[in-house]
Amino acid sequence: MKGLITICRKELADHFSSTRFILLFYLILMVSLVTAFIVGSGLRDELKDVAKPTFVFLMLFTSPGKLFSLIQFIAIFGPLLGIVLGFDAVNRERSARTLSKLVSQPIYRDSVINGKFLAGLITISIMLVSIVLIISGLGLLLIGVVPGPEEISRLFIYLVISIFYIAFWLGISILFSVGFRSVATSALAAIACWIFFSFFVAMGASVMADAISPVDQARASINPELLIKHEQTRKIISLVSPMTLYSEATTIILDPLRKTTQSILLMGPMERLSISRFQSPLPLSESVYIVFPHLISLMAITLVCFAISYTVFMRQEVRST
Amino acid sequence: MNGPNVIETQDLTKVYGEQVAVDHLNININQGEVFGFLGPNGAGKTTTLLMLLGLSEPTSGKARVCGFDPTREALKVKRLVGYLPENVGFYDDMNAVQNLLYISRLNGIPDDLASIKIKELLKVVDLEVDPRKKVGEYSRGMRQRLGIAEVLIKDPQAVFLDEPTLGLDPDGSLQMLDLIRSLSQDKKITVFFSSHLLDQVQKISHRVGIMIKGQMVAVGRIEDLAKEKLGVGPEKYTLEEVYMKYFKEGLL
Repeated sequence: MKGLITICRKELADHFSSTRFILLFYLILMVSLVTAFIVGSGLRDELKDVAKPTFVFLMLFTSPGKLFSLIQFIAIFGPLLGIVLGFDAVNRERSARTLSKLVSQPIYRDSVINGKFLAGLITISIMLVSIVLIISGLGLLLIGVVPGPEEISRLFIYLVISIFYIAFWLGISILFSVGFRSVATSALAAIACWIFFSFFVAMGASVMADAISPVDQARASINPELLIKHEQTRKIISLVSPMTLYSEATTIILDPLRKTTQSILLMGPMERLSISRFQSPLPLSESVYIVFPHLISLMAITLVCFAISYTVFMRQEVRST
Repeated sequence: MNGPNVIETQDLTKVYGEQVAVDHLNININQGEVFGFLGPNGAGKTTTLLMLLGLSEPTSGKARVCGFDPTREALKVKRLVGYLPENVGFYDDMNAVQNLLYISRLNGIPDDLASIKIKELLKVVDLEVDPRKKVGEYSRGMRQRLGIAEVLIKDPQAVFLDEPTLGLDPDGSLQMLDLIRSLSQDKKITVFFSSHLLDQVQKISHRVGIMIKGQMVAVGRIEDLAKEKLGVGPEKYTLEEVYMKYFKEGLL
């Protein structure tokens, strides 16, 4: 336990003093501030002389200002943060020849990798919490609405999901740093993974959906089931990407008016009527219920990733040469 | 010199795939002894060290270090044994004191005690410390001395040194040898070290062991080995001659 704390403390100090972390932190902070400012002033203008809708505070995070909303930004660039914190965790020590020295100290071997993961996790949490707090503060100033308890709990859940999402990428990059000897290789592998899951899976999903359940216009107008099937296939494939998991989960959590993760709904006239009648927001518990599978999967892939790096690291031979 | 055995092995064997790295090794090393461990590159010296530290699991056989089994009680062994790997690495962006403090924390030494110890040790290894200077800027000799300080900070009963004088200038090597000798004489620390520099080994070792292709072909005092192999009396031989004799036979 003592070894774990010592290693974690040192890694934390390393993170907070490393140039690449500081650069990335300021980059993300700046973009978040700019986005929050644009969205906040937009909201203020729109809401002038109108009764303020409920949950207007959460709109700070979800409404897409000029370019993208804050949660989209974190969904796309958050992984980079995880990768930066972990890609050289183990192989840097190996190439600096400090690893053999470290494991010959009286500490359990797993303290090394646990300490590194924990330090990354703490760094991620501190960073996300401070960004959300800063934006909330800015929002308070701009739109002058104080968030209610439900909004605060929704934001809290959003933070937890985001931490797990970035921790998944931390896990992936630590895994590569255990597996690859060279720091450059592990960094490139982690970035390749990020690009694949964040951009290619979404593109590939529609192509594959076309192949698996094709839709032709003539028949689709008679039989809308085809369209639904196509859409479902696309969705299942795109859920392979943690980014899709994360975006769907966070939009539902932060937007109480959303009632489903489906993008196309097939409704009869009665259903349509009933839906338009009940436009009231969902209670928090219902929102959580909708995205519960997403949350579980996100946590599961994070843990699986870490478990694999743990096992590989524990079995690796330690040679000084 | 005849204290209790600090290092004992019984048919210690390590097999990597087809290759036998260490083959039924049996050695006993007493407390306070300086044991020189010789052998060509790839003979299995480092593998032996790693097994004695519990960093590598033996395929078969047993070892006891300071009374503990390194495979089962690795933590206890690591608490009592200091290991200086060949070409030891440091955290180059920290200074010497920070490096030492990190290692002492990993050994569970409280910070206030550690800072006193660090001051003492830096004097022992004769390392002048400029706190602004990062270890990355250190010369080879300074790094090696810092490595020794790191090994000594846990007050070890035994130290394993892998090529401690490799790449040091003549003056640096002499200082290192003096330091090793004083560890054994003054502090009764057992020193188990591997080296290729035979004249240095001859100067400080009480006994030597020669390992070739994973087998310990000779263990004993240099005089005895010389008498046995070369048939000459004391002062008429160098360790080099003895070693080469064994080496050529071992390769046959």
